[in-house]
Amino acid sequence: MQPASIQRPISAPRASLMRDPRLRGLFYQVVLLAIVVGVGVEFALNAKANLEAQRIATGFGFLDNTAGFGVNQALIPYQESDSYGRVFLVGLLNTLLVAVLGIVFATVLGFAVGIARLSSNWLLAKLAGAYVEVIRNQPLLFQILFWYLAVLGAMPPPRQSVGIGLQPILLWLADGAGALRYLGLPNTIGDGLRFAADWIGPPMIYLNNRGMVLPEPALHAGASVVGIALIAAIVATIALRIWARRRQTATGRPFPMLAVGIALIVGLPMLAAFVAGSPFAFERPVLRGFNFSSGIRLIPELVALLIALSTYTAAFIAEIVRAGIEAVAKGQTEAAQALGLSRAQALRFVVIPQAMRVIIPPLTSQYLNLTKNSSLAVGIGYPDLFAVFAGTTLNQTGQAIEILGITMAVYLVLSLATSAAMNAYNARIALKER
Amino acid sequence: MQRVVLLLAAALLMTAQSASAQTLKTVKERGTLICGVSQGLPGFSNPDDKGNWTGLDVDLCRAIAAAIFNDPSKVKFTGLSAKDRFTALQSGEIDVLSRNSTWTLSRDSSLGLNFAGVNYYDGQGFMVRKALKVNSALELNGASVCTQTGTTTELNLADYFRAHKMKYEVTAFATADETVKAYDSGRCDVFTTDVSQLYSEKLKLANQNDHVILPEIISKEPLGPVVRHGDDQWFDIVKWTLFAMLNAEELGISKSTLDEAMKSEKPDVRRFVGTEGNYGEQLGLTKDWAARIVRHVGNYGESFERNVGTGSRLGIARGLNNLWNNGGIQYAPPIR
Ligand SMILES: N[C@@H](CCC(=O)N[C@@H](CS)C(=O)NCC(=O)O)C(=O)O
Repeated sequence: MQPASIQRPISAPRASLMRDPRLRGLFYQVVLLAIVVGVGVEFALNAKANLEAQRIATGFGFLDNTAGFGVNQALIPYQESDSYGRVFLVGLLNTLLVAVLGIVFATVLGFAVGIARLSSNWLLAKLAGAYVEVIRNQPLLFQILFWYLAVLGAMPPPRQSVGIGLQPILLWLADGAGALRYLGLPNTIGDGLRFAADWIGPPMIYLNNRGMVLPEPALHAGASVVGIALIAAIVATIALRIWARRRQTATGRPFPMLAVGIALIVGLPMLAAFVAGSPFAFERPVLRGFNFSSGIRLIPELVALLIALSTYTAAFIAEIVRAGIEAVAKGQTEAAQALGLSRAQALRFVVIPQAMRVIIPPLTSQYLNLTKNSSLAVGIGYPDLFAVFAGTTLNQTGQAIEILGITMAVYLVLSLATSAAMNAYNARIALKER
Repeated sequence: MQRVVLLLAAALLMTAQSASAQTLKTVKERGTLICGVSQGLPGFSNPDDKGNWTGLDVDLCRAIAAAIFNDPSKVKFTGLSAKDRFTALQSGEIDVLSRNSTWTLSRDSSLGLNFAGVNYYDGQGFMVRKALKVNSALELNGASVCTQTGTTTELNLADYFRAHKMKYEVTAFATADETVKAYDSGRCDVFTTDVSQLYSEKLKLANQNDHVILPEIISKEPLGPVVRHGDDQWFDIVKWTLFAMLNAEELGISKSTLDEAMKSEKPDVRRFVGTEGNYGEQLGLTKDWAARIVRHVGNYGESFERNVGTGSRLGIARGLNNLWNNGGIQYAPPIR
């Protein structure tokens, strides 16, 4: 399609060309682009000349060089003789670990607190309000340091680890019951408790100033049966759901999908495990040498960072959720109730779907914030991308420009990917105007 | 981080020739030397409550200022973490880095830097709590170790445990304070860095007497001042400032004997104090450059004793840092 102006008689061609708003627009765009590209190229050449003049190493060859330093948490096998490229992957995975777990925890906690703030239970609502106000108004770095130094740092050393489980509680109660002795009574209660404690065995989870130790799941023969049962249960649940939907549209009779689904997915594998003779065992953490030698150990840096990031972000999410729910007009709930929906049904089918449209966009930016805030890890020595790559690797190799370029690109991609996923979800639930 | 951004800006914007060959001129025009030091390491570079810096590394910068301005107070100190120090130097934020930095091949080459000499011969060691009843680094299998990121320490630690087939868990912090705090709170069994810094950081621990430094020295850590590539004159000035302090000690010229030395008939002393020859001028300084250094700062031995020696809070013996003719390896080329 030709712009009309071009077809006009050409009395003063220059002036008329520039007077065409679309051509003029295009012209300025091209000029601007040329300037941006020109400046960019000039910068790059200049940087190269500067670095060469000072004989500072350039290029990406360093990624193949041996790193030579240790990292205290690696989700993929890593040793000191691996390359800087490997360090990059280790750091990236550590960043992703915190970001993904942090987003999950923050979302669950944030929705719970946000809904609690609207609860008709006065105490619950006030507690949720206090949570939001206290957490939201303290700097995040301060909270990270608080959890790291004041809470986890105050835990006892490994040999006096705090066990989290029934046995310590029973033993503590038994000690209390021992006081009965002074009344001249036989200590049968205490003995009973102690016997029970013995029978239960030492706790599975430990906390100490080196972090948290969880039992390690061990698979024995027959474990595959349980896996198959789990898959079967999931398939059955999906099939059941399709059938339940069809039936509901056809006959209007609802089906208790949630309860049945949970029963299937939890019950079937448990049954299989029972039949196969408990092919799972959790290996109790065992203390040896400087620390626990078995069990899954979460380093305190990870625990502190996760707690701080998720509680902090949850406070903001709670407010977003509250705002979203309050944005749905009260008439909607009333209309739902007039149609005979229960309170829970009204919330689930009428209020929440509408609230989600208000919640999703700001929720996305909270997720992005959490991911970027995870780089504060550097303050407590958690080996995330920023610490091990943009920190240690940069320092050991001196290749600031390359490393910062890569790091910025990674955070950009993470942010864009999060946004894209959330936008896709948003598009699905958005109002479809017909 | 800001420093890295500064470096980027400098690399992108500066025209190539302005990066080099101008340091002495810039310093003179500015009227002060900008010297990168640690963020607080007693004995080496440490500010008091009034912001006055003292220490062996600080003295070197004061000596450079004395040689240029005849005034050791014309120095501005910038505290830098291990991680930021080289970036600060590359970007031109500081004129010289004098911060317990180890001379290594890659720093001397691909980082674009030049080490001007060694003002302290050190080696890496380990500190543990006495309560652990560990007597040797070889008993540290499985230990958790705290250290500072961006150091040779991290690399030596990895090498040592690998070579001895021992396991360890390292937590690396960005600043010395974070590292010491984590060790003190019990996060780690072991704190490792250069031995002189272990002595120094030990002063910051809650109960100093509960900790021991293990006997093993696991690396060579020649610590010295650093400048950027591309300005040979400035490189020479920093290098010869250090050599002047060492030569002064060797020639027996100290703060108290300087006036005598000015009248001395001995040729090497005359060359040193500038009553004979134009050695200072060859460097781009004045004839009495070395005399200025001794007058204001003293010779190497004086600086050592005052800051880290047996008379100081650190109480470190001269050892390797004695002059070559006194059982050590400190050796400066002659002024001539
Ligand atoms: N000599 C080693 C280590 C230097 C280093 O930074 N040591 C720490 C040990 S605690 C330090 O002095 N920190 C003082 C500070 O960051 O202010 C190197 O050059 O890499």
